[in-house]
Amino acid sequence: MTTPHQQPAAPAASYTSPIPIRRAHLGDALASEWTKIRSVRSTMWTLGVMVLLMTVIGLGLAALVTAVGEPAPTDESVLGLGVFGALTGSICVITLGALTVTSEFGTGMIRTTLTACPSRARVLAAKALVFFVLAFTAALVTVGLVALCQVAMVDGREPTGEEWLLGTVGVSLFVALLGLTSLGVGAVVRHSAGAITIMLGLMLLPLVAGFFMLGSSALQDVSEVLLEYSVPAQLIGVYGEAAGSGPAGWGAVATMLGIAAVALGAGFAAIGARDV
Amino acid sequence: MIELDGLTKHFGRKVAVDRLSFTVRPGMVTGFLGPNGAGKSTTMRMMLDLDNPTSGTVRIDGRHYRQLDEPLRTIGALLDAKAMHGGRSAYNNLLCLAQANRIPERRVSEVLDIVGLSAVAKKKSKGFSLGMGQRLGIASALLGDPEILMFDEPVNGLDPEGIHWIRTLMKALAQEGRTIFVSSHLMSEMALTADHLIVIGQGRLLADTSMADFIHRNSRSYVRLRTPQREQFLDALSGAGLAAAEAQDGVLEVDGSTTEALGELAAEHRIVLHELSAQRASLEEAFMQMTAGSVEYHAHSADAAPAPPPTGPAAPQWAPRNEGA
Repeated sequence: MTTPHQQPAAPAASYTSPIPIRRAHLGDALASEWTKIRSVRSTMWTLGVMVLLMTVIGLGLAALVTAVGEPAPTDESVLGLGVFGALTGSICVITLGALTVTSEFGTGMIRTTLTACPSRARVLAAKALVFFVLAFTAALVTVGLVALCQVAMVDGREPTGEEWLLGTVGVSLFVALLGLTSLGVGAVVRHSAGAITIMLGLMLLPLVAGFFMLGSSALQDVSEVLLEYSVPAQLIGVYGEAAGSGPAGWGAVATMLGIAAVALGAGFAAIGARDV
Repeated sequence: MIELDGLTKHFGRKVAVDRLSFTVRPGMVTGFLGPNGAGKSTTMRMMLDLDNPTSGTVRIDGRHYRQLDEPLRTIGALLDAKAMHGGRSAYNNLLCLAQANRIPERRVSEVLDIVGLSAVAKKKSKGFSLGMGQRLGIASALLGDPEILMFDEPVNGLDPEGIHWIRTLMKALAQEGRTIFVSSHLMSEMALTADHLIVIGQGRLLADTSMADFIHRNSRSYVRLRTPQREQFLDALSGAGLAAAEAQDGVLEVDGSTTEALGELAAEHRIVLHELSAQRASLEEAFMQMTAGSVEYHAHSADAAPAPPPTGPAAPQWAPRNEGA
């Protein structure tokens, strides 16, 4: 097909494109965001590293426990071994979540994106959805396979159905929601390094601060709350082992959902109001 | 058609765009001219709803940008060449834009073909030269085959062949009845492409006129001459009802006459002429004069008025003056 403006045309009062126009909707934005996320190599690298870390750490721990030959305590399920892999892998998810938004601001691509789709809420919603589904799926497949291997390798109590669900779907949801929080923070600060630093601080500072406060009797209560509600403690909680009175099981996932909702809400407010 | 009505943008206490009102009409190339920092890019960003105006409105075919169904089908813009993700191939950069507006995928190859980037379609755009980046930006503007096209400094970084290509492209697009709005800080570039001219300085509208009218009004033509018999010639001039302005080094400048008439006048009075030439003040000078009061970033030159373009290398200050040259 030749393009219309390569043909000599008589001067006309106005120009009408032969390509029909229909109203764009979220589906178009989703297709666009999927192309964006899959066509950048850093996405695949970050997810690849996540899968690698979760697998190596999960299987390595299982092998170690088997080699030591110490029988696992009967009150804990073998699935709890996955926590270290999930914690390390979540750092990759945080990075990917932040980059999904901030790389557009860093490159100036956001201006092109918004001229194509002036509804900023639609752009951010599409980004959040595509990222969430991708991160959740990748985490679920990895966590699920690693958990199967761990249960097969290590002698211990057979996990219950509820434990299976929490140890795979629950953990993957938690990790993907953590990434979604990072995406929301990215939409507010618009800077890759800034967003990732804030997220790492959010994950680690309560833990560090909590430990420092342990020495002081006056700050005992604050210290406990900080330790119980820190992200690593909650992730451990997802596996059913609550730290003190902190959230455990689905409660921990729900807490993360709340945090992600707040961060994403801030992201929507920021991207809607500000100049780009 | 793009209509601006009282468009204003403040950045803190600084007024970047000050009550701009004008209309960009279809079927012609409208040049948007102003010195650096005049507010051209800010105005264009507000047209595309990227920046929120402090007050005033922009209407694109009567509607606000956010009300456009599939904006790329109505308006295509080249803002800056780097508004693409460097880690993505040229093809994919365009594909994700096309998908957002339901533009068929084959159109991506078509526009890459138009701008001459087919050979590097699968290459990452971060390896592109400035000129190739500019072409990719133009491809993204053409993607939706829009009725309105906006180009912010499109010739930046293009080689002479590329500049010629973009000029021809803009004229051809305007010929088809499209609205073409192109910004530049180079008057000479605009003189070659634009049919209509909008000049701004410090965010304020300085001129909204047709190119032909601007040239007619702003390029003073005069005759420059030198003669050893100055007094006799001045007498002859006043006899013919003409007046001469005296420029430096004994040069006379005569308005409202022609070289032919003045040559004959001199011959009639047997006056020797050393120089006789028709002169035309450049459009660049006219533009600089117009925006002189509103230039944001002056180079600190000795004299406050904008210096006319030097005709040759200036003599160093310490060099002995060549008196009576």
